[in-house]
Amino acid sequence: MNSFEIFLAAQTSGAAGWIAERASLSGVDGAGAAALYLALKIVFGVAAIGVVMCFAALSVVVERKVAGFIQGRFGPNSTYIPYLMLVPVVGKTLRRLGLMQLVADGLKFLFKEEPLPGHVNKFWYTLAPIISLSPVLICACVVPFGVFEHGGKATALAAANFDLSLLFITVLGSLGVYGAVLAGWSSNSKFSYLGGIRAGAQMISYELVMALSLAPVLMWIAPRVSSPFNLFEIGMSQSGMWNIFAQPLSALLFLLALFAETNRQPFDMAESETDLVSGFHTEYGSFKFGLFFVGEYGHMVVGSSVFICVFLGAWSPLPGLSWPLEWGAWCGVLSFLTFILKILAMIFFFVWVRWTLPRFRYDHVMNLSWGKLLPLALANFAAYMVLACFIK
Amino acid sequence: MAIVVVERKKLSFWERTYLPQIAGGLWITLKNLFRKKVTLEYPEQRPALPARYRGAPTLVKDPDGREKCVSCQLCEFVCPPKAIRVSPGAIAEGSPYSHIEKAPAKFEINMARCIFCGLCQEACPESAIVLQKEFSVNGFDRKSFIRGKADLYEKGGVLPDNVMKWRKASLNAEKSKGGR
Amino acid sequence: MSDLVNINIDGKPCAVPAGLNVIEAAKLAGVEIPHFCYHPNLQVAGSCRLCLVSIGTPARDRATGEPVLNPDGTQKIAFMPMLAISCGTKVSEGMHVVTNSPQVKAAREGVLEFLLLNHPLDCPICDKAGECKLQEYSENFGRGRSRYVEEKNAKPKKVPVAGGRIMLDAERCVLCSRCIRFCREIIGRDIFGFIRRGSKNEISVYGDDGGDSNYIMNVVDGCPVGALTEAAFRFKMRPWFMRVVNCVAPESSAGVNTNVWVRENTIYRITPRANPFVNDSWTSDSSRYEYKIVNSDLRLRRMRVDGAPCEPGYALSRAVDVLKSDPRIAVVASARQPLEEQFLLAEFASMAGAKVYAVSHLGEDDGFLVSADRTPNMRGLFVSGLIKEYPKPDLSDLAAEIRMGNIKTVLCLCEDATSLGLEEKDFKLANFVYCGVNDSLTARLAKVALAISSNFEHAGLFINRQFRLQKFDKAVCAPKGVLDFSAIAVKFINAFGASLAENPDIGQLRMRISEMCPILPKGCETGEGGVVIDSSAFASIKFPETKSLHFLDNE
Repeated sequence: MNSFEIFLAAQTSGAAGWIAERASLSGVDGAGAAALYLALKIVFGVAAIGVVMCFAALSVVVERKVAGFIQGRFGPNSTYIPYLMLVPVVGKTLRRLGLMQLVADGLKFLFKEEPLPGHVNKFWYTLAPIISLSPVLICACVVPFGVFEHGGKATALAAANFDLSLLFITVLGSLGVYGAVLAGWSSNSKFSYLGGIRAGAQMISYELVMALSLAPVLMWIAPRVSSPFNLFEIGMSQSGMWNIFAQPLSALLFLLALFAETNRQPFDMAESETDLVSGFHTEYGSFKFGLFFVGEYGHMVVGSSVFICVFLGAWSPLPGLSWPLEWGAWCGVLSFLTFILKILAMIFFFVWVRWTLPRFRYDHVMNLSWGKLLPLALANFAAYMVLACFIK
Repeated sequence: MAIVVVERKKLSFWERTYLPQIAGGLWITLKNLFRKKVTLEYPEQRPALPARYRGAPTLVKDPDGREKCVSCQLCEFVCPPKAIRVSPGAIAEGSPYSHIEKAPAKFEINMARCIFCGLCQEACPESAIVLQKEFSVNGFDRKSFIRGKADLYEKGGVLPDNVMKWRKASLNAEKSKGGR
Repeated sequence: MSDLVNINIDGKPCAVPAGLNVIEAAKLAGVEIPHFCYHPNLQVAGSCRLCLVSIGTPARDRATGEPVLNPDGTQKIAFMPMLAISCGTKVSEGMHVVTNSPQVKAAREGVLEFLLLNHPLDCPICDKAGECKLQEYSENFGRGRSRYVEEKNAKPKKVPVAGGRIMLDAERCVLCSRCIRFCREIIGRDIFGFIRRGSKNEISVYGDDGGDSNYIMNVVDGCPVGALTEAAFRFKMRPWFMRVVNCVAPESSAGVNTNVWVRENTIYRITPRANPFVNDSWTSDSSRYEYKIVNSDLRLRRMRVDGAPCEPGYALSRAVDVLKSDPRIAVVASARQPLEEQFLLAEFASMAGAKVYAVSHLGEDDGFLVSADRTPNMRGLFVSGLIKEYPKPDLSDLAAEIRMGNIKTVLCLCEDATSLGLEEKDFKLANFVYCGVNDSLTARLAKVALAISSNFEHAGLFINRQFRLQKFDKAVCAPKGVLDFSAIAVKFINAFGASLAENPDIGQLRMRISEMCPILPKGCETGEGGVVIDSSAFASIKFPETKSLHFLDNE
C-alpha cells in the first residue's frame, strides 16, 4: 500500500479523489498523486468560494433589479464599460441587466478611502468584518453543488464531503453573528451597539427553531440513509420525494429561521435603518462595509443551499425525477446547473419577500420566535418522534 | 377630548397566522414585477413639455428687433431668490429708440439662484422677460450660471406680439400704410 | 397751540390748532387728502384741484343768529353746495369735513383722469416711480382705466435745466407750480414758469435756468411727479430698493436734516428730511454730494506707520507707544467729529495732560442753510469741554509751541496740519499721530496714521448753530481696515490707565456723556427734531454765524 492508498483509505471523496486516482493509475507515484490531490482540494475550495462570492455579488444585482421592477422602475441599467459596448448585442444586454453596475459598485468599495473612526476599538473593529465573512466562505466548501458517478457510486461535487457536514454548516453559519456582535461593540456607538445586541439575541432565538426544525427531517430520512447528518446523503435521499412535501411545517419553520438568521427583511432588526441608522455597521465604510455586505449575501447563498439540500430535493430537477448517474460527467454538469438554478430561485424569493413585507417590530420578532415558532417546532419534533416510534 | 376605544376586528385563525396575507402580498408584488415601467430614462428620453411650461427666464426682442426691456427693475424687485440684477443705462442719442430713454446696461440672471417661479414674467410691464422651455441648466462653475444680457437675448429670441407700445406715431402710420 | 378748534372729519370729532388748513387738520386726524400743489413750506396755490372736499359749517338763522337745529335737536350743518379745496380752507369752530362722499370721490377721479390724459404713462422708465404722488393717487383714488382714445400731446422731454443738474420732462408734469413757487419764494427769483394754454400748457424755463443756485435741486424733491429729476441720480437706482437712513448733513453748523438712501452698503443720494425747526423741507445742493467721500480716492484706507502701510493692530500699538513716549503732548480736536468722540478725546486729553488745539473752518454765510462755520459740530467742542474760546482758523499756536520744544507728541484728528501753519520740519520736532478720514500730507508725514470712519459710517450726535442736539444714524459700513475713532480713543484712554470697555456701544457712550455733562438730556435722547440744550454757559463766545432760516430770525 503506497502513501496515496493510505491517504485514500483515510479519506475518500469527490472529484479530487477521482482525478488523483486516475493520475495514480496512469503512472504517477503515490506521493505525487497525494500532492495533486491536496492541490486539487485547494483549487476546488477556492472554486467553491468563488461560486459563493459570485452569487453574493449577483444577489446584489438581483436585489436592485427586482426591487426596481417591483416598484415600477428599471433598476440599474446605465453603467457600462466602453469597449464592451462595442460587442453588438452582448454589451447592450449586460448594460441593461445592470451587470456592469455590479463591477462599478465593487470597485467603488475597493477604491474608497478606508476610514478608521477615532472612537472605536481598532483591533476588534477591524476583525469584525473578517469574522463576519470567513465562516460563510468555509461553509461554502461543504456545500455539495452536484452529484456524479465515481467508481459506480454517487459522489458529491463538493470540496469537502463528510458525515457531519450539516452540523458543520449550521455551527459555522451561526458563527457569523460574532462579526455583527463584535462590530456593534467595538464601534463604540449606541446604534451599532443596539444592532449588535439585536443580532445576537435574534441569532440565539432562531437557532433553536432552526435546529428543532431540522431534527424531524433527519428522523424522517434516518432509516433510508447511512449517515443522516451528511448533506450529500440528505440530498441523495430525495431523488424520489422532496422533503418539503413530507415535512411542510419543518420546511416553513426552517425558512423563517433562515430569514431571521441571514438578517433579511422582514427580520433585519440588526440594521433596521428606521431606528438604528444602519445598525451594527453604522460606523463602517468602504471595503470593511463591503465585507459585511458580501458576508450577508454569502450567508443567503449558503443558507439557500442548505434549504435546497434538505428540503428542495437538492439536484433533482422536479419532484420524483433525478438526473441518471449513468450519464457520468453530464450528470455532474446537469445536477450542478439544477442546483445553481435553485439557488437563484431562492435568492429571488428572498428579494421578493424583502420588497413585499414591511419590517417587523423587534418585540414582535422575539415574540414570534419564543412564543410561537419554538412551541410549534417542539410540537412538530414531538409528533415526528411519536410517528417514528410507530414506524419502527 | 374624550378617549374613544376602538374595538379591534376579531381576526380569524388564518389571519392570525399572517401566511395568507403574506401570500397575497407576494402576489401583488409579483404582478407589479411585470407591469409597464414608469421610469423616464432622462438623458435619452425627454419629457413632453406642456405649452405653458415655465423654464429658464430669457429676454426677448419685439418683431422690430428692439430690445423690449426698459430696465424698470421690477423683476429684480419681485424676484424671491434675488437672482436678477439689472443695471439701468440710458439709450444713446441718435439711436432710433432714443425716445425710450432707458435700457439695461447690464442684465444678469444667476441661474444657480433662479427658482423658475415666473414672477419676473408676471411683473414685467413690457413683456420683456419670458420663461421658456429650458429646464436643465448646467455648468462647471458658479460663474457660468450667471447669464448676461447678450446670452439672455440669444436664448430669448423674438416675442411675436404686436403690442408696438413704443413705436412712434409717424412710424406707426407708415407701417399701417404699408399694409402690415 | 393753545387755541384749539373742534371740527369733525368724516364723522370723527377732533380738536386741532386754529389756523391750520383742512389738509393739515385732516392729517392730524389720520385722514389723507390727496394733493399735488399744496406744500407745507410754500404758499397755497390751489391749482391742482385734487384736494376738493365737502365742507360744512353750523347753520345759523340769518335773522336772529340762533343755531338752526335738526328735528332731533342736534346742530344742523350747512354744507356748501360745491366742493372746496382743502389746502385753501382754514378750519373753523364746528366745521364738518367729508372726504369720502361719492361726490368727493367723483371729483378726485375726474381730476386724476384729466391729469393722466396727456401723461406718457412711462413709469417703467421714470425715475420717480415708486415715490410718485401721481402713481399713488391714481392707484388709490383714480378710476383705473382711461377713456381717452385720441393722440396724446407731445411736449419737450429730456430738457437739461439748472446747468444740466436737473432733467425736465414736461409730459410728466401735473402743473402743480410747486417749482415755480419754490424758486420765487425761497430762491427769490423766477426760474420756472408755465407757457401755452389749455391742454398744451407746459412747464418751462426762461433764460435763467438757475444753474448758479445752490438750492435749485430742492425742486426735484418738491416735484410730486417725475417732471423734474436729478441728473446725477438718473437711472441709477429705484427708490424701493433703497433704505432710508436719518442723517444730519455735516456740511456746516446749520445741521440740515437729511435722508441718506442706501442699498447694499452704497449711498445713492441724499435728500432733505423735513424738520420745521431747522431746515423746513430744504437742503443745499452742495450737501447732497458729501457722501462721495465714502468711496473717494482721497480717502485714507490703510493704517500707516512711518509712511508704510500696515495692519490696524500694529498701527494701534505703535500709536500708543508714540503717545506714551513723551508727556509733552498736544491734541488737535476736530469740530467734524460727533459729540461722543469729542467727549472721548476730552477724556484722553485730561488723562494724558494734553494741551488742546482746534481749528475753525469759516466760509461765507449764505443766510439760509449753509452757515459761516463749515463744521457740523463746533458747539460740541465747547460742550465736551475741549475748548473754551472760539478757535483760530489755523494751528499757528501749536506750531510755535512745537518749535519752542514745549510739545513733543501730537494727536491730530482729521485736520490737515500742513495746510494750517505747520511745516514739514515740525514733524521732525514732534511725533504726530494722525487719525483722519482723508489722506493728506499730514497723514504721510505723521509717525502713525490711523484710518477712521467718516460721518456716514458711524452714528453720532451733532450740536448745530442753534445749540440743537441732533442725532444721526449709521448709513453704511466702513471699508475693511478702517476703524471708528471711538474704538481707537478707548484704546488710547486705556493705555493711560483707565479701563473702559473696548468697542463701546453707542447707547452706553451716550449715557456716559450725558452723566458727565448735565446740560445734555439723559442718554442724549433727542427725539424727532432734536432738542435745544441750555447754552447760557457759552453766551459769551462769539460765533460767526449770521441770521438765517430758523436762526436768530425771531430777534
